[in-house]
Amino acid sequence: MNATATKTVVFEILRQDTTDSTPYLEKFELDYRPNMNVISALMEIRRNPVNIDGKATTPVNWDMNCLEEVCGACSMVINGRPRQSCTALVDKLEHPIRLEPMKTFPVVRDLIVDRERMFDSLKKVKAWVPIDGSYDLGDGPRMPERKRQWAYELSKCMTCGVCLEACPNVNSGSDFIGPAPLSQVRLMNAHPTGAMNRDERLNAIMGEGGLANCGNSQNCVVACPKGIPLTTSIAALNRDTTVQMFKNFFGSDHMVD
Amino acid sequence: MSRDREFYLRRLHSLVGIIPVGLFVTQHLVVNHFATKGAESFNTAVHFMESLPFVLFLEWFVIYLPLMFHAFYGLYIAFTAKNNPQRFGTFRNWMFVLQRITGVILVVFIAWHIFETRFQKAIGADEVNYDMMADILANPLMFAFYVVGVISATFHLANGVWSFLVSWGITQSPKSQRISTYVTIGIFLVLSVIGVRALLAFV
Repeated sequence: MNATATKTVVFEILRQDTTDSTPYLEKFELDYRPNMNVISALMEIRRNPVNIDGKATTPVNWDMNCLEEVCGACSMVINGRPRQSCTALVDKLEHPIRLEPMKTFPVVRDLIVDRERMFDSLKKVKAWVPIDGSYDLGDGPRMPERKRQWAYELSKCMTCGVCLEACPNVNSGSDFIGPAPLSQVRLMNAHPTGAMNRDERLNAIMGEGGLANCGNSQNCVVACPKGIPLTTSIAALNRDTTVQMFKNFFGSDHMVD
Repeated sequence: MSRDREFYLRRLHSLVGIIPVGLFVTQHLVVNHFATKGAESFNTAVHFMESLPFVLFLEWFVIYLPLMFHAFYGLYIAFTAKNNPQRFGTFRNWMFVLQRITGVILVVFIAWHIFETRFQKAIGADEVNYDMMADILANPLMFAFYVVGVISATFHLANGVWSFLVSWGITQSPKSQRISTYVTIGIFLVLSVIGVRALLAFV
């Protein structure tokens, strides 16, 4: 045995067996390995599912995919903060490490949540650029390079759900769609071809559970792992919808410009 | 319109918080400040306000109706939030929480305040004047309650101005929002001094 093998790491994991069963806390003690992260620890538990009392248990379930913080699948609440577990290094966390599912979403099992409401919201706000036609529509208008660079930052959103988990106004008692899909509206409306349907997206976020549900706690921009300026997007959309509101009421020849 | 009512209700909630309710609160605190110049001065100011033409219309359409909408819709907003300052202890998140706490305090305070003053006059039980307020504030508990109420109101208004500017898309960039934070802190301090000085003038 070398010196590092005697050092251990304790994980407290909030587990849940089925979608509507009662959550319970289970502790695991693992041997410390240099550079380990939360995912590698969970893999270790899966390999040897024995809890801190030495009792055999079921392996902890979690979701993962890319392991480099671009897919968003492995998001969970680590020591109280929602984030991706693949980039949560054990050396940089307070011990014991507490893992919980993002309970803003329906829990499927253990740390796996169902983020379907986010994908439904993207559909609701038409977060795409419609280019399909029965004939070749040709090239779209060009986008200035500096604007492209700016828009690229907004396009980094991976629908991970961390901003929704951080938002006090996204919860089971509210149908607020949350910051992520709103910022996508700004991205699609900034695109020169996407802007041809900008009023449709603005009207979508002026609906139930839309933009106006934002309470400006600004947790989303603090929590976002991709550093997306979510609160700037929301404020910009607030201005756009203020104008759209008057256009809708009085009528306008400038719905898309 | 019916399906999309929420957007317009929220925007209306933000607007009436400033116009007319915020303007009324400011005017109210300024008129109260006459108390620092003595009972005579305060009573003259109150009689002037009471002698405004169309006073019933003004009271209902500038004060009571917008205030009631703002209060009741605000309660709904406050209780749909799941506050999490222990997770995100940022300045803005605390402002978010305090906006909701002061809002709930204000519903209670203002209801009590109107009952104690305007309602008593409406049923002919008492006159609204310097003596009435001096009697109320002679009770130390009531005085503390009024200080909390006034500070809550000035905070809720100042922070409400900040979020009004965001909600209507006037301040967008982080820098503009930071500057408006400083400006609204100034509004909070100035109105608080005016409000509390007026309260102190009654004891």
